[in-house]
Amino acid sequence: MSDLTHLTISEARAKLRGKEITAAEITEAYLAAIERANPVLNAYVTVTADKARDMAKNSDAKLAKGEGGALEGIPLGIKDLFATEGIHTQACSHVLDGFKPRYESTVTANLWADGAVMLGKLNMDEFAMGSSNETSYYGPVINPWRRSRVDTVVMPTTHQGDGGFVSAGGTKTQRTLDNAQLVPGGSSGGSASSVAAFLCAGATATDTGGSIRQPAAFTGTVGIKPTYGRCSRWGIVAFASSLDQAGPIARDVRDAAILLKSMASVDPKDTTSVDRPVPDYEAAIGKPIKGMKVGIPKEYRVDGMPEDIEALWQKGIAWLKDAGAEIVDISLPHTKYALPAYYIVAPAEASSNLARYDGVRYGLRVPGKDIIDMYEKTRAAGFGREVKRRIMIGTYVLSAGYYDAYYLQAQKVRTLIKRDFENVFAAGVDVILTPATPSAAFGIADEDMASDPVKMYLNDIFTVTVNMAGLPGISVPAGLDGKGLPLGLQLIGRPFDEETLFQTAHVIEQAAGKFQPEKWW
Amino acid sequence: MSVDLQTVKRVAHLARIAVSEEDAERMTGELNAILGFVEQLNEVDVSGVEPMTSVTPMEMKKRQDVVTDGNKPADIVANAPATEENFFLVPKVVE
Repeated sequence: MSDLTHLTISEARAKLRGKEITAAEITEAYLAAIERANPVLNAYVTVTADKARDMAKNSDAKLAKGEGGALEGIPLGIKDLFATEGIHTQACSHVLDGFKPRYESTVTANLWADGAVMLGKLNMDEFAMGSSNETSYYGPVINPWRRSRVDTVVMPTTHQGDGGFVSAGGTKTQRTLDNAQLVPGGSSGGSASSVAAFLCAGATATDTGGSIRQPAAFTGTVGIKPTYGRCSRWGIVAFASSLDQAGPIARDVRDAAILLKSMASVDPKDTTSVDRPVPDYEAAIGKPIKGMKVGIPKEYRVDGMPEDIEALWQKGIAWLKDAGAEIVDISLPHTKYALPAYYIVAPAEASSNLARYDGVRYGLRVPGKDIIDMYEKTRAAGFGREVKRRIMIGTYVLSAGYYDAYYLQAQKVRTLIKRDFENVFAAGVDVILTPATPSAAFGIADEDMASDPVKMYLNDIFTVTVNMAGLPGISVPAGLDGKGLPLGLQLIGRPFDEETLFQTAHVIEQAAGKFQPEKWW
Repeated sequence: MSVDLQTVKRVAHLARIAVSEEDAERMTGELNAILGFVEQLNEVDVSGVEPMTSVTPMEMKKRQDVVTDGNKPADIVANAPATEENFFLVPKVVE
């Protein structure tokens, strides 16, 4: 039997419904793959094998009766940020030591209601703060992709091969994998790595400044951050509440559409959940994009951007043009201010949200001489460096005398960033095409990034604008760079127009093909 | 604007995070790098611009003022590091 872990969700769905395979079989295939790969890739922080087998058994019973839900029997990985009842939920932080919630997040409850099978909880940057998955209390996640060197070798004029083929000499190219370990991006690094390495059929993820789209781009997977309000935030550990959104990471555009359909809902438990029915995203795939107006923002051409990325962007433009889209140059003048504004708004909200980790109600407690001492020691021991840094920034910009200069100014700039997009959409642009990231995946413990927090933050330069404006954005793999690493393109849409993103991303996927890493793990 | 060591210690106390002298010194450098980066926001003309309060214009949802949840004290304290009879235990607060 071919490897069940290599089926896409849509393929597995057809085979499960057609009774060619069972949920138990595909679940066992994933559990075996995780057991082999996880010691190397560190994508999962908890594997829920027993639960997965129980859920698969239930799915098989339903499928046998022809009653399966939209995701019946499909094994998924869940980012550690989602509350899962009775199961490890720590946002990969030490401060939530031992936390097992007594409730289920709305997004995961929706997935289980549709028949999905939970394989386990996925590694991530602590509290989703990071762009490399190196801030996790559970250690970094490794990207299944490695750089490779392409050599041209001269072929000898000899007999070779089984068929006695005579080579006439000449040359061939040969790829050699480099041993250096790369980051999968972050904060949803476990989600991206596990999807790319075939350790789950798809994964949940969240995106506050790029945490779905950047790791998707670094691993050759598809990731969509839907419009703010599309997925309920109830039961997702909060980082920056006005920016956080859940979305899927998947192996192709169709799978991402299938997953988002199940994850999204109207939820009375989240007051920012929007009252709009969830459309059938899959139906948008394959629709022609003839006549669609695609905007190319000049501000996304930044200094020092690798040539590979510029070339990829041009290719993307050509593909969409070939498919009949109209390409228009646009300007989003406040783009460069999105990242600095984000580094005021997000830490400010984080410092408030993370005030709840006090050693009283859940998680870690370090004793102290009085209650303040207990709080301070608990939080010093429980939070990692990056989280402390952001809480400190947030506390500072919200403190007396600085609120107007920092927070209020940033919220005004945010209004301008959103207005830039509104103007462009009002002028008839349907979708905006940009690179997803300013570089391909970089090395674990990269010295440049470690020495300057701002360098790490620059990873989100193309994605963060979308969170600031609350818009939907999708990252779709579009090619490999000179070193054989995947690169992604980003499409940005109108509020609640995820359908156009799936429709357009599919055109790019058709033109670019799909990419998977050579297995070394 | 930049912060000095004293300010970093004061902010750390506001944030209820114990910091060593060494931590505070390192954080001073890091925080100043970030504050230097966000300084560019001052060049944006924001006269007449309203600060964003809601990213998608929507009316705050309201519901009937009735009890929809409750009666689960055991669930609420289940994850607490120290409890007694469904109360959270904390170090003595009032002398």
